[in-house]
Amino acid sequence: MAAALLTGSLAACGEPVADAKTLTYWASNQGSSLEFDKQTLAPVLERFEQQTGIHVKVEVVPWSDLLNRLLAAATSGRGPDVVNIGNTWSASLQATNALISFDPQAFDRIGGKDRFVPAALAAAGAPGKAPAAVPLYSLSYALYYNKQMFADAGISKPPATWEELVEVGKKLTNGKQWGLAIEGANPSENAHHAFTFSQQYGGEWFDVSGKPTFDTDQNVAAIKRYIDLMAVDKIVNPSNAEYAKNESLSDFANRKAAMLLWQAAGSAFQAQGMSPEEYGIAQVPFPANPPAGGKKVNSMVAGINIAVFRHSRNLEGAMEFVKFMTSDAEQVALNKVYGSLPSVKAALADPAFAAPEQKVLAEVLNSTASPLPQVTTESQFETLVGAVMKEQFANAANGKPITAAAIRAKLKAVEQRMKG
Amino acid sequence: MTRPMGARGSAAVPVRRPMHAAPDVRQHHARAVGAPPKQRSQRQRRRRRIRSKYLPYLLVAPAVVLEIGIHVVPMLVGVWMSLLELTQFHIQDWSTAPFVGIDNYAATVNFHSETGKALLKSFGITVLYTSLSVFLSWLFGLSAAVFMQRPFKGRALLRTLFLTPYALPVYAAVITWGFLFQRDTGLINHVLVDQLGLVDGERPFWLIGENSFWALLIVSVWRTWPFALLCITAGLQNVSTEMYEAAAIDGAGFWRRLSSVTLPSLRPVNQVLLLVLFLWTFNDFNTPYVLFGGSAPPEADLISIHIYNSSFSTWDFGMGSAMSVVLLLFLLLVTAVYLMITNRRRIHA
Repeated sequence: MAAALLTGSLAACGEPVADAKTLTYWASNQGSSLEFDKQTLAPVLERFEQQTGIHVKVEVVPWSDLLNRLLAAATSGRGPDVVNIGNTWSASLQATNALISFDPQAFDRIGGKDRFVPAALAAAGAPGKAPAAVPLYSLSYALYYNKQMFADAGISKPPATWEELVEVGKKLTNGKQWGLAIEGANPSENAHHAFTFSQQYGGEWFDVSGKPTFDTDQNVAAIKRYIDLMAVDKIVNPSNAEYAKNESLSDFANRKAAMLLWQAAGSAFQAQGMSPEEYGIAQVPFPANPPAGGKKVNSMVAGINIAVFRHSRNLEGAMEFVKFMTSDAEQVALNKVYGSLPSVKAALADPAFAAPEQKVLAEVLNSTASPLPQVTTESQFETLVGAVMKEQFANAANGKPITAAAIRAKLKAVEQRMKG
Repeated sequence: MTRPMGARGSAAVPVRRPMHAAPDVRQHHARAVGAPPKQRSQRQRRRRRIRSKYLPYLLVAPAVVLEIGIHVVPMLVGVWMSLLELTQFHIQDWSTAPFVGIDNYAATVNFHSETGKALLKSFGITVLYTSLSVFLSWLFGLSAAVFMQRPFKGRALLRTLFLTPYALPVYAAVITWGFLFQRDTGLINHVLVDQLGLVDGERPFWLIGENSFWALLIVSVWRTWPFALLCITAGLQNVSTEMYEAAAIDGAGFWRRLSSVTLPSLRPVNQVLLLVLFLWTFNDFNTPYVLFGGSAPPEADLISIHIYNSSFSTWDFGMGSAMSVVLLLFLLLVTAVYLMITNRRRIHA
């Protein structure tokens, strides 16, 4: 079946364009819809065509398809010239050798390595290797809270520790609303939180050689802490255990939950009718007493990178396009619309990113965010550990006890599956 | 082959040329070759024999070419992939992928390893799911077809209504089911809990936990049974009314008519129908994928999703292919045994 799917998706790819005056670009879905993104990109691409005479054919690819389409393009050597990739896939896609490496010469062609925000650049490939992509949009996690609900419960400031979060969460949980909303059935979201909690508990999901180290005490404690927000503290609606389509975001925007941990959620709230005055933004909490070895990390470096396929018949034009998309002016224009942060330092200074939300995100990104492990098996980690957490949430929602031993056994099993 | 080349060429001419030109040309050729009439008629007969010998192959050729291109080649590629360590390091150039022989298979069917254990569990769930889904779909299809056998007012309307699930696009339909099954806002819980009050205590989950298997089964049966209805309805058209009349004269009741007339007459239809339903349901990817997203709950971890996760999410196409090949062999075996048993029974009957 894998073969059939691969061949199927190969057939879907277009023929490579041979002339120097066109480029094919696969954009990831950043806005509220594919159509919205198309309209956002249209004037940008027009400016590029005016400057260079190169026409860009853009396709906005939904997240559910993007990785499979990229794999098919890498396998067949056909498809787009320039693509957006989730920055957590950088090392995996780097290993395919299908993307060009941004060595010093390549960086020179797009204006130099120093222009980029270092934290964002750290999530563009395996450490010690020339990056396989350059950052385009940057994001980090933050704690969003409903100001009115906080005021009604007599809470004056957002929680800074998990202990405080549980305490205010209990005050905020009543018949009509819950303290916190969680996307419990979404493996990727779960895995991102597993990473942050593990860092705070002094754990690692991979050792320095890239081997999985899943079933350590720290990782077990990290996952248990997160699941217990529903299982023990009961500040999360059990229904959140089946949320996988951004329902937790809707719950927050529709005043069913008082807090939410999310990346750049502002534009999505707006789309659901919640104005920026209604919510506050704070950093993701830390433990009150950090365990031994615990790191001061409260977010992954989230973001989108832009990459060039080696098989491109118009490498010159492709590099020109990357340079254009990472130019100060376009970085301001695009990130402003999407509510994300520019990945080049100069653009960050623009007043457009001085809003409270972007200020918090930038602060986190520059000080306490850490990239997810840049190893080739990262996507396996997200799939397998994320699914373990989904199962634990399902157990918690059905009133079954969550034990460290059960979590450890599950982590051990998926670690063995990673080794084959 | 003692025939002169020119004569063979002439055989093709009448076919290719416009009809009105044919006799002249043939005569001209015959004269040119100078063949006596008796020999000619013998040759024509032989030609006709050759033509009728190759014609069936010629007619079947396009289908064979397409079958090879669409099914056999990808299947063989899949088998080849299963013998390689085809991870992301090698997908760009398969020739660099290390040949690992049967290692992937060994890991797949080693039921002491976590990979093998997980696959075996997924296989068990799929067998149970398929058996229940096929049986229920067939049962519903048969019941509806039998009850709608005799004309009555509104029969066409009812048949159309029953066939709707089969006509709906699978994605739209299953997404809708996903909404219906939601715990807080879904219609199923609204009816079961809020309106009928059938559930005490907590509202049940349908998309996670143990119920997810039943939710998946409900959607599967809903999608599949109209096809069974369609086939069985068509099959019933061939049952002669005389047999029912004869049975009625003999005093046979409804159940007796069903077991002695309807079911035996439907045997050829059922034989194909059950096999097709089995293969479709066993391999069904869309229903679980759309209902649960990429990550199915362990209780509803069907083999198609499991293999998808083993290759696409984990970037190990060699392992995924090995699992696919094992699955293919299993389905071939089931099909062969099934056809052998049912055919033998038909001959004996």
